[in-house]
Amino acid sequence: MTKKTKTLNLNFGPQHPAAHGVLRLILELDGEVVEKADPHIGLLHRGTEKLIEHKTYTQALPYFDRLDYVAPMNQEHAFALATEKLLNLEVPIRAKYIRVIFCEIGRILSHILNITTQALDVGALTPSLWGFEERETLMTFYERASGSRLHANYFRTGGVHQDLPTKLIEDIHKFCLSFPKIIDDLEDLLTDNRIFKQRNVEIGIVSKQEALDHSFSGVMLRGSGVPWDLRKSQPYECYKDLDFKIPVGRNGDCYDRYLCRVEEMRESLKIIIQCIEKLPKGPIKSVDGKISPPKRDDLKQSMEALIHHFKLFTEGFRVPAGDVYTAVEAPKGEFGVYLISDGSNKPYRCKIRAPGFSHLQAMNYLIKGHMLADVPAVLGSLDIVFGEVDR
Amino acid sequence: MLIDELNKLEKIVNSELTSKIISSKIENEELKIEVESDELNNVIKFLKSDDRCKFRQLIDIAGVDKPSEVKRFSLIYLLLSHEFNLRVKILINFETEKKISSITKLFSSANWMEREVFDMYGIRFKDHPDLRRILTDYNFKGHPLRKDFPLTGFNEVRYSEKDKKVIYEPVKLEQSYRDFDFSSPWEGTQYIKEINKENKNDKKN
Repeated sequence: MTKKTKTLNLNFGPQHPAAHGVLRLILELDGEVVEKADPHIGLLHRGTEKLIEHKTYTQALPYFDRLDYVAPMNQEHAFALATEKLLNLEVPIRAKYIRVIFCEIGRILSHILNITTQALDVGALTPSLWGFEERETLMTFYERASGSRLHANYFRTGGVHQDLPTKLIEDIHKFCLSFPKIIDDLEDLLTDNRIFKQRNVEIGIVSKQEALDHSFSGVMLRGSGVPWDLRKSQPYECYKDLDFKIPVGRNGDCYDRYLCRVEEMRESLKIIIQCIEKLPKGPIKSVDGKISPPKRDDLKQSMEALIHHFKLFTEGFRVPAGDVYTAVEAPKGEFGVYLISDGSNKPYRCKIRAPGFSHLQAMNYLIKGHMLADVPAVLGSLDIVFGEVDR
Repeated sequence: MLIDELNKLEKIVNSELTSKIISSKIENEELKIEVESDELNNVIKFLKSDDRCKFRQLIDIAGVDKPSEVKRFSLIYLLLSHEFNLRVKILINFETEKKISSITKLFSSANWMEREVFDMYGIRFKDHPDLRRILTDYNFKGHPLRKDFPLTGFNEVRYSEKDKKVIYEPVKLEQSYRDFDFSSPWEGTQYIKEINKENKNDKKN
């Protein structure tokens, strides 16, 4: 008598707490072993790229908050850099430092969320409770700078929207001094935790070569031992003047990626502290009246300011024809904007390169041969946010 | 400096791939190479494997739609070389019906990127292992990033209390989407430009 085996098809998601959003993963299972994974994405597709083609450059910026909504300003940054490159616009030095401070806050926001939810996926509840308290503090920093906790819309072409209150800078500094203790606490809970290690060590291993072939970037690439970080290799803003290290993993498994993220948070704190210490005085956005809107006070006094204001908020500014690709090191990897301008006040085409898209693509390769229970662990360490994958 | 490196790279590419390249230029500190659409695979293979290039990572594939041109569609392949810390853009232009050969054999990550281009622009790829839609809904019709696809789309979705299920209906808008022409009357709005053009043509004739 021969025994027949049949694979079982299982729908993971679209509504599943460990799917980190709306992912429909069709798994082919042989017993408990995954034979094939077919991710169906696009359930959160909002047509961002199409919408941007119909908006002026200033109006297009807030859409970037809504991509990777756990680190909004990092995305705005990529778009602002792209338009500035086309306009050939110099950003004031103070604006550069403020941008870097908030990008690094974004990185910490994203890494806290990822580390703690990954722990949650493999069975540890406490880290998320501790981590989210800190995220709340960081989001109040966002709120005090921009007026909103999540969808900041703070960066502008040529600088940032408003200057920071001095008290805010002090508070960020205080946070940077107290936060290492929290990271230590989180590490106490996780790094040597037997269960956490059993669930993560040697799970979802990516070799160096595979990481390159699958277009991995960010922690996914560094976890596999490729020392590549755009902040170091192709420095933008003031990263050249700052002193920080790039943590690199060795084995390319989920555990190494976790360790990389923890170290990156510590490095981000160093960067923020340096920026606060060096923070120069001066304007926070370009002084070019054709790009940056005038001060509110000037509107009552100066005819020219009034004209500029009217023109900027109806027509917007025009960007010379051409195409550029700019990329930033977002918390999840290389976030790029490929912008084509036809010389009008709206982008002709804006292609958004989301790191999560190529990471999720490798899901089948990563999970093949693993157990069903490893799916959430691998998915957690990929650091997927569907806002940016589906766009 | 970056510019020198790019100049060097441009020379290498031009000397090695003379017949396959239409043009190359450096703009905004980025090198863009336009190639014949049939030669795409060979060019990318060369860039990936040659010791002086080593573009080992495909960053993205971006489609562009230019309805007014004969070669309506363009694809831009963004490549990155970690070894030399350089980026390059490969551009191809082609007509609507043209099938482009897939580069999934060279870069496994091209799979989803080509699916996205197919979904958004309806560009077909030869030898793609699994060319399905990726971002749009199941049973979606049309290709949303084409310039002739309306921003509001054709169908909307809602939960019907009567049928007790999610239903698709044609889009109903209280007010149709308004697209303003912002160019100032001094620079000439669209209709004035068109009149001027006609006048010029008349004079020529």
